[in-house]
Amino acid sequence: MPYTSASATRQTLSVLVDNYAGVLSQVSRLFSRKGFNIESLAVGTTDNPEISRITIEVIADEQQTKQVMSQLSKLFPVRSVKRLEPAHSIRRELLLIKVKAETREIRNEVIQIANIFRASIIDVSLGSITLAIIGTESKDDAIEGLLKEFGILELARTGMVALERGQYTLNDESKVKGEYDYGKLML
Amino acid sequence: MKLKASQVVMECLLEQGVDTVFGYPGGTILEIYDEFELHGYSKKIRHILTAHEQGASHAADGYARSTGKVGVCFATSGPGATNLTTGIATAYMDSSPVVFLTVNVGESLIGKDSFQEVDITGITMPITKCNYLVRRGEDLADIMREAFAIARSGRPGPVLIDILKNVTYEMVEYNPLPLSEHHRHGKLGQLIARKGHDLKTPEPDHDDVTMLVEMLSDCKRPLVLVGGGVIRSKGAVPEFRRFIEKLGCPVASTVMGGGACPGDHPLFTGMIGMHGNHASNVASHDCDMLIAIGCRFSDRVTCDVKTFVPNACVVHIDIDRSEIDKNVLTSHHIIGDARRVLELLNERIMLREYDFSAWRTAILSLKEAPLEHNDNKLLPHEILETVSELTNGNAIIATDVGQHQMWSCQYFHFNRPGQLLTSGGFGTMGFGYGAAFGAKVGNPDQVVVHTTGDGCFRMNCHELATVQHYDIPVITIIFDNHTLGMVRQWQTLIYGKRYSQTTLDRGPDFVKLAEAYGVKGYRVTNVDEFRAAFQEALESGHAAVIDAMLDMDEMVHPMVAGTSPVTNFLLD
Repeated sequence: MPYTSASATRQTLSVLVDNYAGVLSQVSRLFSRKGFNIESLAVGTTDNPEISRITIEVIADEQQTKQVMSQLSKLFPVRSVKRLEPAHSIRRELLLIKVKAETREIRNEVIQIANIFRASIIDVSLGSITLAIIGTESKDDAIEGLLKEFGILELARTGMVALERGQYTLNDESKVKGEYDYGKLML
Repeated sequence: MKLKASQVVMECLLEQGVDTVFGYPGGTILEIYDEFELHGYSKKIRHILTAHEQGASHAADGYARSTGKVGVCFATSGPGATNLTTGIATAYMDSSPVVFLTVNVGESLIGKDSFQEVDITGITMPITKCNYLVRRGEDLADIMREAFAIARSGRPGPVLIDILKNVTYEMVEYNPLPLSEHHRHGKLGQLIARKGHDLKTPEPDHDDVTMLVEMLSDCKRPLVLVGGGVIRSKGAVPEFRRFIEKLGCPVASTVMGGGACPGDHPLFTGMIGMHGNHASNVASHDCDMLIAIGCRFSDRVTCDVKTFVPNACVVHIDIDRSEIDKNVLTSHHIIGDARRVLELLNERIMLREYDFSAWRTAILSLKEAPLEHNDNKLLPHEILETVSELTNGNAIIATDVGQHQMWSCQYFHFNRPGQLLTSGGFGTMGFGYGAAFGAKVGNPDQVVVHTTGDGCFRMNCHELATVQHYDIPVITIIFDNHTLGMVRQWQTLIYGKRYSQTTLDRGPDFVKLAEAYGVKGYRVTNVDEFRAAFQEALESGHAAVIDAMLDMDEMVHPMVAGTSPVTNFLLD
């Protein structure tokens, strides 16, 4: 971090970018250049195959967040950047956990925990059970904590993806967005 | 029509009106260099072969800064490409429009650590406005057109195009397209079409402009700070001068803003910041409103940013939205091209509508008295005053970095944009010589003077071969104090006179060095000798090197330490 501020909180940024080689590296390099450690990053194409959405979570204060959004907007392949407020957005992450389960009792217990958390069991072998859970970090952390007791063999997270609630989209034209275009390309 | 891709490169350069390219050939870029001979493109495009790719990069940059056109620079893969990086970063920090063209190894060799292979698009990602890797011949013309548009438009900047070697000998379909049609075609067309507004005449927000006018009527002590944005924006300088006349308040400048306000203008208080004038720095402390136009509040301007303009609200006018609130928090901003914003302001402000006379008089009375002469030794200001006198103040000055750079900015009165070529943002030692001959190639009718130090000149003095070969009459003045003067100055003032690794008690003899390259050399120790040498060099019409011997302990006055408020002068 450039400097740790007491008011730093977890920020979710949603970025629409052109979908071509090198864009993800350009975006993620910007964060490292500005001294941020990326907490979570997820990327995938949108309904338009030419556009990808990158969801990034960082710990930052108000001023730092504004700065990084501003610098992101300046990048050529970036179409729009928005901060998703926790109260007005939905965030989800997919977690795959492979748990050691060598006896019937343990398998049963793991299945019970999976049911409580509404996780799905996607693979079972004589020595292990693999679960898939979709949730926010608190739910994911809770189940991870419970399963630790049995021994977690492997764990993978997709990184948080998020959308704004309601009919709003990132594509909404705004004055500020137009202003960024001036510096990029004005004939 | 079907053309070889290397020929498409040349045709695309001609579409852009490019007549000069600086560069250095090598293995992978041979197809493109072959076009100069094979299809006779050397008749339409002049290629200047430098001694080193870095020199070529600075030359293209100097050409761009002094002409307002896009500079073009070629280099081969691997070390050729990495040798450009200092030049690319220099252009990026000072928003100079340059298109760099490199050719990488072929598709089958990419990613295999092949001979002279390097990921130059990855390397230059943070120092270019945009960069491209061309993997298919059919994309080439489109990308070339887009690259030039991006380099020159908006906030200008360097763009790098890396073409794979196998692409350069593909046969591709090429349809000539006049420059005026570029924005309607290809990816550039799509890029522009998807913007909600007309990019050809982007209009600053009129309400934002009106708000500044209203704010002006409430303020009593405004200061205008002009930066490089006004130099880069075409046609902005006359509007800027009209604006300051109407306003009638003090005007300070950053290094990059040199030439926007005539150096001898009565309202001009000179440079601001670390080596800024008293008047400018005191004005920045006392003002109640700072109108910053096209500048980005670098640490060399603000010094201690927490105490910068402590009594003022800041209004920031810039084309790049990401500069707003980056280093200094602002009260108001206007986004747009400097020329258009100033035009709109001028429409809304009457001549001397506001009365700032008391404030103006107070600040302008702080302007320094002319410096004295010393018969016993050569003084830096005497050199610059003599150059100014003998060239009627019209010479283009290309500087390197250090004390001589600050002296050049302080003592030479710049009167027009593109007259001062200096690496203000990146502070690149070795920038000056390339920039100087690049500028001379672009402005054959202007006198071009290269000011440098003995440290800086050593960095790229091999370009003497280039100026001699092409007979480019650039006059180099070495402010020779046998030390890295600016670093020594810091060591004197801050590091207890421990001159660690800054004393340059070594060769070469610059006069003999120049003569070894076939360039006339002079050594001068007083102002009369300097005047005679400069006069002779000017009249000869050829390149010359004047080694001007200065005292080792000459300092740049005034000086503020980087972490102090701008009014805490370390040196008066």
